[in-house]
Amino acid sequence: MKFRTMIPAATALAVVLPSMIGTAQAQTQIQFWHAMQGRLGELLNAQVEKFNASQDEYEVVAAYKGNYSETLNAGIAAFRAGEQPHLLQVFEVGTATMMAAKGAIKPVYEMMAEAKAEFDPSAYLAAVTGYYTTADGEMLSLPYNSSTPVLYINKDALEAAGLDPESKPATWPEVEEILVKLKESGSECPFTTAWQSWVHLENLSAYHNTPFATKANGFGGTDTELAFNGDLQVKHISKLAEWAKDGLFSYSGRRNEGGARFRSGECAMFTESSAGYAGVKAEADFPFTVTNLPYWPDVEGAPQNTIIGGASLWAMSGHEAEEYSGVADFLNFLSSAEIQAQWHQDTGYLPITTAAYELTKEQGFYEENPGTDVAIIQMTGKAPTENSKGIRLGNFDQIRAIIDEELEAVWQGDKEAKAALDEAVSRGNELLRRFEQSTR
Amino acid sequence: MEKRVTFDNRLLPYLLLTPQLLVTIVFFFWPAAQALYQSLLLPDPFGLGARFVWFSNFEYLFGDSYYLQSFITTAVFSFFVTLASMSFALLFAVLADQVIKGEGAYKTLLIWPYAVAPAVAGVMWLFMFQPSIGVLAFYMKKAGIHWDPLLNGTHAMTLVVAAAAWKQISYNFLFFLAGLQAIPKSLIEAAAIDGAGRWHRFRTIIFPLLSPTTFFLLVVNIVYAFFETFGIIHTMTLGGPGQSTTILVYKVYADGFVGQDLGSSAAQSVILMVVVGLLTVIQFRYIERRVHY
Repeated sequence: MKFRTMIPAATALAVVLPSMIGTAQAQTQIQFWHAMQGRLGELLNAQVEKFNASQDEYEVVAAYKGNYSETLNAGIAAFRAGEQPHLLQVFEVGTATMMAAKGAIKPVYEMMAEAKAEFDPSAYLAAVTGYYTTADGEMLSLPYNSSTPVLYINKDALEAAGLDPESKPATWPEVEEILVKLKESGSECPFTTAWQSWVHLENLSAYHNTPFATKANGFGGTDTELAFNGDLQVKHISKLAEWAKDGLFSYSGRRNEGGARFRSGECAMFTESSAGYAGVKAEADFPFTVTNLPYWPDVEGAPQNTIIGGASLWAMSGHEAEEYSGVADFLNFLSSAEIQAQWHQDTGYLPITTAAYELTKEQGFYEENPGTDVAIIQMTGKAPTENSKGIRLGNFDQIRAIIDEELEAVWQGDKEAKAALDEAVSRGNELLRRFEQSTR
Repeated sequence: MEKRVTFDNRLLPYLLLTPQLLVTIVFFFWPAAQALYQSLLLPDPFGLGARFVWFSNFEYLFGDSYYLQSFITTAVFSFFVTLASMSFALLFAVLADQVIKGEGAYKTLLIWPYAVAPAVAGVMWLFMFQPSIGVLAFYMKKAGIHWDPLLNGTHAMTLVVAAAAWKQISYNFLFFLAGLQAIPKSLIEAAAIDGAGRWHRFRTIIFPLLSPTTFFLLVVNIVYAFFETFGIIHTMTLGGPGQSTTILVYKVYADGFVGQDLGSSAAQSVILMVVVGLLTVIQFRYIERRVHY
């Protein structure tokens, strides 16, 4: 713990000290707390440096605060102590928590208007910003790193099983045929997944235009109830359970533990965030395909669009107007086409503006890197419905934990899909009611 | 005749006690009172407002069958952690006590694991036993042993118990060794001359004379298993599969610091405090009677 807090502190000092000595007139500092580590952290720091070098009025000080949960916690604890940063990176499941904390946040649209900064909400991709927008269409936070689930396929594994290595199964029944053959050819892990709740329940629901929760997945109010125990979800989870029993699906863990198994070649097919692309490309020593998340062809209107995961940047309340002008400038800088396009191409996260998408296209990136545009097409192919705009639930992190617990019982064969989903819904609803009470 | 130091000044004893009392009040009574008060609130995460809800946090917890199950999980976990760490430590202490050459090296090596933080211990054990990357898991698979801590609750529990117990062995070892060295050699020699075998000597002389140490370690180990193991759970299983390794203290952490549900988390802390208090009272009341000082 000490180490973690010391490193950002030391970096902050290293950044602050020279600037204090160097410039006679102190710049306005913008504190930015984030959860990006490793390569992503380096890329983020490069963006911050670029912004700081581009003007001399403001100085953004980025500090790594641990994983998403830890960063949110740090922000909350700091707010309670009156020491909150200007910008806080919060993962998508924390959205409802942040929205409900009306006195703690400064909505992006409001901040932009007050700072008289250029801000055109229609420049952003609706499928991405929709997650962070109120029912009236006002943007509360700026999406920073957004991704959506896609299917990764190891071509060598398909070939070894006597299948066409170029095949791109579009539907789950097609996937099943391939999995059976992979199994017959001796594969120990034909299929695995990361983030099971996000991919196989949240996105499954949106992709088939089926509610995950009532009240437009919680966008319509905190009196929402979970609804992911419908026929579609039960059918899908039952199928996965059957695959688990037959050795077609091998469970890897609650987060993205499956990534290592796919990259090492152990697992042949893998559903994971589009942002997993950079890692797969860097580590896998086999050719691979990235294709759309499969769907159930018997569901009318499928595929709809998938929803995002990742995080957005929230401005926190209690700072000076001048500082908010700096935050507004910084957010506009991050939204600029060049920065966005670069970020998108480096990481596999989605671009947040149409301009960045167009720029990436112009640069010929998608042709050179086949599969990198799958995610964005899958997300923006159809106008989002109220079932596919996003999910906004209080206590969502804990609800996901409940879903993980219940699904584990299904994969182990201890519970039927229907019983497990019913149980997850009723346990999750209690948490929703607690959230509703606490924000009343 | 008893010799007593007396104070003429009435205030002086209180003054001398003040530092200790202050420490106790600031670091124990104050936080405990805070927890008690918070357990009656349903606050929002940012501290913008809180509703006083009387005992509804407790009602909510005791109405949750998963929470009740967590008591059993904690009992199983604590029992095996305490049993494993104490018995291995005793075994090692007895063996190390008899080493003639290189005694220092053995002792140092046995004490080392205590310097490892719980979370790090968890990660290390996970690296060895994780089904797809673990070295030992690889050989277990080769040997045809079914091993699936990701989905099998018993396997997961075995793994976290092993990691938690391993980390505590050093501490117990240290105390057992000191205890063993305090036993007069003449007693053991006399018994040996009378024809008592090794096991007999251990059972009738050494173990009873170690009982104060054993009792002390029992209390310490149970408290350890209850409170200090959440780092291990967090890094290894996140309480899963299902809730098979969700012990009470992990749930306090998960609900409070991951879920931001501070009311429920505070209520759970209060319950935990009562449980450990009760356990300690029971231990001092009933088990201490069998201790020979």
